[in-house]
Amino acid sequence: MQTVLSIAIDALAYGMVLFVISIGLSVTMGLMRVVNLAHGAFAMIGGYIASYAARDLGLAYGFAILLAVFGTILIAIPIERLLYRRIYGAPELTQVLMTIGITFCIIGIANYVFGPTLKTVPLPAQLQGSVDLGFRAIATHRLFAILCGLAVALALWYAIERTAFGVKLRASVDNAAMAAALGVRTQIVYAVSFAVAVGLAAFGGVVGAELLPVEPYYALRYMVTFLVVVSVGGAGSIPGALAACLLLGGIDTTGRYLMPEFGEFFFYLAVIAIICVFPRGLAGRTKG
Amino acid sequence: MSMTTTNEMIGQTPVRRRFGASDLIGLGVIVALAIVGYFLFPNNLALLTRIIAIALLVLSLDLVTGYCGVATLGHAALFGAGAYAAGIVSAHYGINDPIAMLAFGIAAGAVAGLLCGAVILRAHGLPQLVLSIALIHLFHEFANKASSWTGGSDGLSGIAPSALLGLYEFDLWGRTAYVFGVVLLVLVFAILRLIVRSPFGMLCRAIKEDPVRIRSMGASPKAALMKMYVISGAVAGVGGALNAISTQVVGLDSLSFTMSAESLVMLVLGGTGSLFGALTGTIVFMFFEDVVSAANPFHWLTMVGALLIAVVLFAPKGLYGTAADFLSRRREAK
Repeated sequence: MQTVLSIAIDALAYGMVLFVISIGLSVTMGLMRVVNLAHGAFAMIGGYIASYAARDLGLAYGFAILLAVFGTILIAIPIERLLYRRIYGAPELTQVLMTIGITFCIIGIANYVFGPTLKTVPLPAQLQGSVDLGFRAIATHRLFAILCGLAVALALWYAIERTAFGVKLRASVDNAAMAAALGVRTQIVYAVSFAVAVGLAAFGGVVGAELLPVEPYYALRYMVTFLVVVSVGGAGSIPGALAACLLLGGIDTTGRYLMPEFGEFFFYLAVIAIICVFPRGLAGRTKG
Repeated sequence: MSMTTTNEMIGQTPVRRRFGASDLIGLGVIVALAIVGYFLFPNNLALLTRIIAIALLVLSLDLVTGYCGVATLGHAALFGAGAYAAGIVSAHYGINDPIAMLAFGIAAGAVAGLLCGAVILRAHGLPQLVLSIALIHLFHEFANKASSWTGGSDGLSGIAPSALLGLYEFDLWGRTAYVFGVVLLVLVFAILRLIVRSPFGMLCRAIKEDPVRIRSMGASPKAALMKMYVISGAVAGVGGALNAISTQVVGLDSLSFTMSAESLVMLVLGGTGSLFGALTGTIVFMFFEDVVSAANPFHWLTMVGALLIAVVLFAPKGLYGTAADFLSRRREAK
């Protein structure tokens, strides 16, 4: 029973971190149809900035998170203007190559600037230690990650389903040309969602730094995981992404606990099985 | 848009004789380059042999990506299967004849091709890409865990190929391996030229352009793509077996995601949808890598990234495609 509970908590925390990072990827992929392999690199940049701010500059944790999110968005804006603009609507192979190129560049530069060692984001005193839930104590940081995931999911749901911007966003996802004809400025919708996606990636990178340690190959190592989440969940669907994150987080964590030797093996096997059964993702829609 | 590209394609490749003068010139260029390489780098034949092995992998990737339009980031699975099969029959079963090892490599590559094709061709677009990535990781994990067979992360050693045809020993300088590699490359290249020109090859190109139309014409896109995948697996198997025979060791890196991604980079650098493009890309990339990565492996990654971005932005047809375009435009202008 103890093992089951700790697996469940770890799986939930891991799944939520995955969700925070990859939901941005899912939305931009559904909106702009760009296969963005560099998404993990933005999460990594967020982690590096937070680590630099909190450890070397001694700033508070919350302030480090803010700095990471806005710093990463600032870095991403010129990349979007100069490089991503040119591959909207291009064939998939072109998009894959361009974004892999960006990933490689970011890895090389991160390694040059910060060195190959693992960077930590020091936690504030409030998030260290554990919380007693009455029947069981869990690490506060895990609880914090889970709450962050829930908050992001709720906020996104509200923004997309209940606000005017959400209406424009959904219209652009469904039919960009028609939305533009009806007066929605799709360029602005694209730019805002890209910025939000990158910001969320950075946020997830900082919050999840304990679970997905920040190092130069972060972008390459977890790139696969994020892509898997999006394609299993179905691009552009928040419930789908949430379900995919919890499912894959569960499979991965259970595999690591029960069969540490073959953990990765079962993870990829499960991915192949899921995609073969649901080629368009759990919540996927047919292309309109 | 697909109409114009189809017309362009037909315009570019008029129906020619089975094996025309351009093929002979191409083969001549390969042999000439091989001889020049032999005399320019007599102390670095191992690198040249590795280039040939990788060139076979890139050719095989070109078959599925360039000719069939299947985006895959897991093609090293076929290469690694060939390499491990050739290595395992030598190290564990004492089959040391290079030709027999090659045959096992080809067979294993083809089987891996069948397996990967069956999985990857089930989906399109992003899910297809993710499937290919999951497959290469699965193969990698499998080889890592089956360490009694594959040597795990230490690599498979104890491969001792006997003399080629009973006459030519594999020497320390790698001369025999190099000549063996060149002969294999020329043979494979000639066969592939025939295949991509054949009605079957044209069918595959047509599927890349418009699968719905092909289905309504009565052909099965899936069957044709599976066939191409198996052929591609056999070609990659030749490359893997050549690598195992020449280096006498097989490492996990031959089944890695990095290897798959790099082979895709080479293909795009040279130009997709053309066998010469695949060869050009491999040679340029490998020499570049040899020079730069000797200086600093991390700058190497940045350079590859910048190179990729530059190719996508400025030469989307690759080096060979851009050069060929330039030449044909000049010819028209005259």
